[in-house]
Amino acid sequence: MSGRFVRVAEKGRRTFEIVIDGRRTLAAAGDTLMVALLTAHDSLRDSEFGDGRRAGFCVMGACQDCWVWTAGGERVRACTTPAVEGMSIVTRIGNAEEAAQAGEGIWPRMSS
Amino acid sequence: MAANVVVIGAGPAGVRAAQALVEAGVRPVVIDEGRRDGGQIYRRQPDGFTRSYETLYGTEAGRAKALHRDFDALRTRIDYLPETLVWNIEPNAVHVASGTRHRKIAFDALIICSGATDRLMPVPGWHHAGAYSLGGAQVALKSQGCAIGARTVMMGAGPLLYLVAAQYVKAGATVSAVLDTSTLADRVRALPQLLAMPSTLKKGVALMNVLRRAGVPVHRGVTPVAIEGTAQEGVTSVRVKDANGATLHVPCDAVALGYHLRSETQLADLAGCEFRFDRALRQWLPATDQDGRSSVRGIYLAGDGVRVRGADAAERAGRLAALAALKDAGIAHVGAAADITRLRAQLHRFTRFAAGLRTAFPWPARFAAALPDETVVCRCEAITAGELRRVVNEMGAKEANRAKAFSRVGMGRCQGRFCAHAGAEVIAAEARIPLEAVGRLRGQAPVKPLPMALASQQSEKETTA
Repeated sequence: MSGRFVRVAEKGRRTFEIVIDGRRTLAAAGDTLMVALLTAHDSLRDSEFGDGRRAGFCVMGACQDCWVWTAGGERVRACTTPAVEGMSIVTRIGNAEEAAQAGEGIWPRMSS
Repeated sequence: MAANVVVIGAGPAGVRAAQALVEAGVRPVVIDEGRRDGGQIYRRQPDGFTRSYETLYGTEAGRAKALHRDFDALRTRIDYLPETLVWNIEPNAVHVASGTRHRKIAFDALIICSGATDRLMPVPGWHHAGAYSLGGAQVALKSQGCAIGARTVMMGAGPLLYLVAAQYVKAGATVSAVLDTSTLADRVRALPQLLAMPSTLKKGVALMNVLRRAGVPVHRGVTPVAIEGTAQEGVTSVRVKDANGATLHVPCDAVALGYHLRSETQLADLAGCEFRFDRALRQWLPATDQDGRSSVRGIYLAGDGVRVRGADAAERAGRLAALAALKDAGIAHVGAAADITRLRAQLHRFTRFAAGLRTAFPWPARFAAALPDETVVCRCEAITAGELRRVVNEMGAKEANRAKAFSRVGMGRCQGRFCAHAGAEVIAAEARIPLEAVGRLRGQAPVKPLPMALASQQSEKETTA
């Protein structure tokens, strides 16, 4: 899958691995989780209201469209959360339901 | 000196407010959601990033550098709480949360410098992945060195439209088109007021020249038709009617959308400040005197969070509000009287210029009535214009909070930030009533979602208290 965001500056940074939907991906030091996810993938999450994939909107912590789930079941706001080495993120509702068994529950899907 | 002063926000207004307080010997608490100071406009890039001030802030590099330098110099003389959300206000205390930690901070005076976010008018397809706010597109570049797409369309009206497009071009990103809903006639009408700040006007013209030299197609007087794309893959193109009514179709993988800015007024609302309807802006704003005093004693409002006049005005308004707070508390500040006179006069020019921007880049209220029923108005919960119109017609919900209760437009996770203005326009048009009569959504605590862990910690505290 190709990325949505395009890096146009600050390209010489140290990189490290994070895991997205079970696959290893490289993030760069200083990346927000949103940038780490969207330079590798074209979206962040499924809308719980059945209207498709979402990739954030305001990028400044106001709209809450970029919530993603860690494999441990924790909900984080991707645009204001720094990417940290070893983080594991799930971006699909199916995956998240499995991953969130032990943690905080995911929002129910409201329509199909 | 004993007064407890809390400043919310560490952008241009908050930093200058804190500085004036420190000058008078007060040690304020400065609470900010950001990881670093600067607010959105002078947002500082993460440690280890190497772009220069000139690259990041262009013509505003000097101002950004001065604000950052002055805030750094304040650090030992203030109590600075970064990455901290003020989520509720009660008389003489704010409730703050940082991560899963929560506490209450008492104040004698509170200066709210909450800033602004993009003002949005829906367009069919704006819920697709790849549609962002213009401010968001700018943050991605400024703070993360990223473009929001490989081929970006900038659409809407306002100073940010041209600023962000020019910044993308300079950074080497591809801007497929700038689609401006305002017209040249709007600009001509605004000229007398825009001449209040000739140097700022000149900067605007320079941005247009950057786009022209780069060969970016710029279309004025457009009417948005749709952001086209698929639920799975996101944005694939934008369709608009040009000024002559001809269809213009621009393939792209990202769209940045916005119609200037709207003040973040939830905290002023929770503090009980009186609001007034501004007919020219078509929005409700907290009422203040010329120095930033709200209707509530001890609550001061400054910067774009109370009235959008830009960063330079915010720096002055922040300082002025702090001087007002000091004066009201009977705390001496050397030179305050002359300072207040000078700041008021300067702000008068900014107010005039802001009125010019409003005329040059009008909020496209008329688009709301024309939105197809299937257009998503609430992106949070994918609620359509048709559903909102249904509650107006079938349930008689013509007041903003009633329509919200029935339709859920404004009830989602953004708490109305990105749908309330347009939603009110849809209701007013459908009910054939003035926008003023629709009213405004009441602010609700918490102003942003809090972690569940914090909520349970909070209720334990309450039950054991």
